[in-house]
Amino acid sequence: MIPTSEPTARLRPGEGAIARLACLVLQPVLTRVVRRVAARHPSLFARLGPHQATDFLIDPVELPFALHLRPDPQALVFRAVPRDTAPQVGATIRGRFLLLLELIDAEQDGDAAFFSRDLEISGDTEAVVRLRNALDDMDGSLAEEASAMFGTPGRAVLARLRRAYPDATKPREYA
Amino acid sequence: MSLAELICPAGTPAALRTAVDAGADAVYCGFQDATNARNFPGLNFTPDELAEAVTYAHARGTKVLLALNTYPPAGKVDLWRHAADTGARLGVDAFIVADMGVADYIARMYPGVRLHLSVQAAASSPEAIRYYCENFGVKRVVLPRILTIPEIRQIRREIPCEIETFIFGNHGLMVEGRCSLTNYLTGQSTNMDGVCSPASDVEYVRDADGSMSSQLAGFTIDRFGPEEKAGYPTICKGRYAAPHRPEGYYAFEEPISLNLSRLLPDLIEAGVHAFKIEGRQRSKSYVRGVVRAFRAAVDDIKAGREANIADLIALTEGQKQTQGAFETKKWR
Ligand code: SF4
Repeated sequence: MIPTSEPTARLRPGEGAIARLACLVLQPVLTRVVRRVAARHPSLFARLGPHQATDFLIDPVELPFALHLRPDPQALVFRAVPRDTAPQVGATIRGRFLLLLELIDAEQDGDAAFFSRDLEISGDTEAVVRLRNALDDMDGSLAEEASAMFGTPGRAVLARLRRAYPDATKPREYA
Repeated sequence: MSLAELICPAGTPAALRTAVDAGADAVYCGFQDATNARNFPGLNFTPDELAEAVTYAHARGTKVLLALNTYPPAGKVDLWRHAADTGARLGVDAFIVADMGVADYIARMYPGVRLHLSVQAAASSPEAIRYYCENFGVKRVVLPRILTIPEIRQIRREIPCEIETFIFGNHGLMVEGRCSLTNYLTGQSTNMDGVCSPASDVEYVRDADGSMSSQLAGFTIDRFGPEEKAGYPTICKGRYAAPHRPEGYYAFEEPISLNLSRLLPDLIEAGVHAFKIEGRQRSKSYVRGVVRAFRAAVDDIKAGREANIADLIALTEGQKQTQGAFETKKWR
């Protein structure tokens, strides 16, 4: 895999430390979520084909960190990474966090978000297309599934995120 | 009045269920190979998935149409024959074909299964359509998107089969089934490999000023300013500099989608039997939104009410829409 996608970073003062702390706190949650999704939706991996081994950077522009995903069923990786230490990856998907969440849940159309320039992709386009199609073939809501794993607090966080959606600002400058 | 069936796209089993639940009369789909014109990575159905999809659709009164609408290269017809055998065994309601050899095979082997002529066959004259009807028993033609409604009305009078027209979606319409632009740049054939602008050859490059270039096989197809809406990386929708237009211009087509929601009553009156929504490569969200909107519109028209079609502009390419040749030949 040729690393084509550069992680980008423009940190505000103190943001690096916040990002590192957020990543530490989030990691156990992310690990649980991705293991659960993989166990419940095994057909996802067939659609990924050779790109099970590709590294993706999912970059929610308004959050202080990005997410590194390698959807390899034998060695799943899903971790939060501060942008300044993000790995070189095969493909990057960038947009507002709630847009990314809605894309995963098929509440939004990826092509439409691309046409409107709210979604940006770089690197290996085939890898992104495969991931998109694999996720789109999943029934139900990943966000609901993940939040339900954490009971009432989980659902409350999701509800709060969704309420915040209409107010979500356009991406701030990040490059 | 014609039946005004709603023919809806499905790139995955989940999209198929979404289309069925949203009110599709029929759903069209394809296998994960070169036998159909949306041979995209991670898209389409395995035979097992198609079997489940047929069961799901039939249980809800929805038909399943299998797209076998690419052209087998010489000596490589087995893939298409095998796909037809599988589709027939699984009980699909019709095959959508473009190639005469594929049509002939199905007509001989599975005379009980309907044949629809794909838009990829580019049959736009009564003579051409009648040829397919007489020789292969074609029951429906999907018309190329180059005809006005008066022309469709006239064709309807001169052919013995049903007419299906596109009403929404991608609007790439060089001579359909004959476009070799992708082949020229990538070596892969839209018409034989089933993919225009293969994702493996596409790259998006973000420039420092926020502009984005879309590239195919290393050639820049378009460059969108930071606030400009984007389109698919297809050569026909590219913006090129030429000696007489050094600033760059859309030499063939603009990124734009077809939307005939306002023309539905006229199309029904002209004798169109079925309305096709493009977009097997699109998401469940697209399928749900577009199918629901057109289901409601068609039901309104059938009931004699004025159709109140939802605004679908957000789902269109380049966030622009057109009625294309259906409104006027001068649409470009
Ligand atoms: S380049 Fe345009 S016209 Fe040609 S096959 Fe692709 S979408 Fe169709």
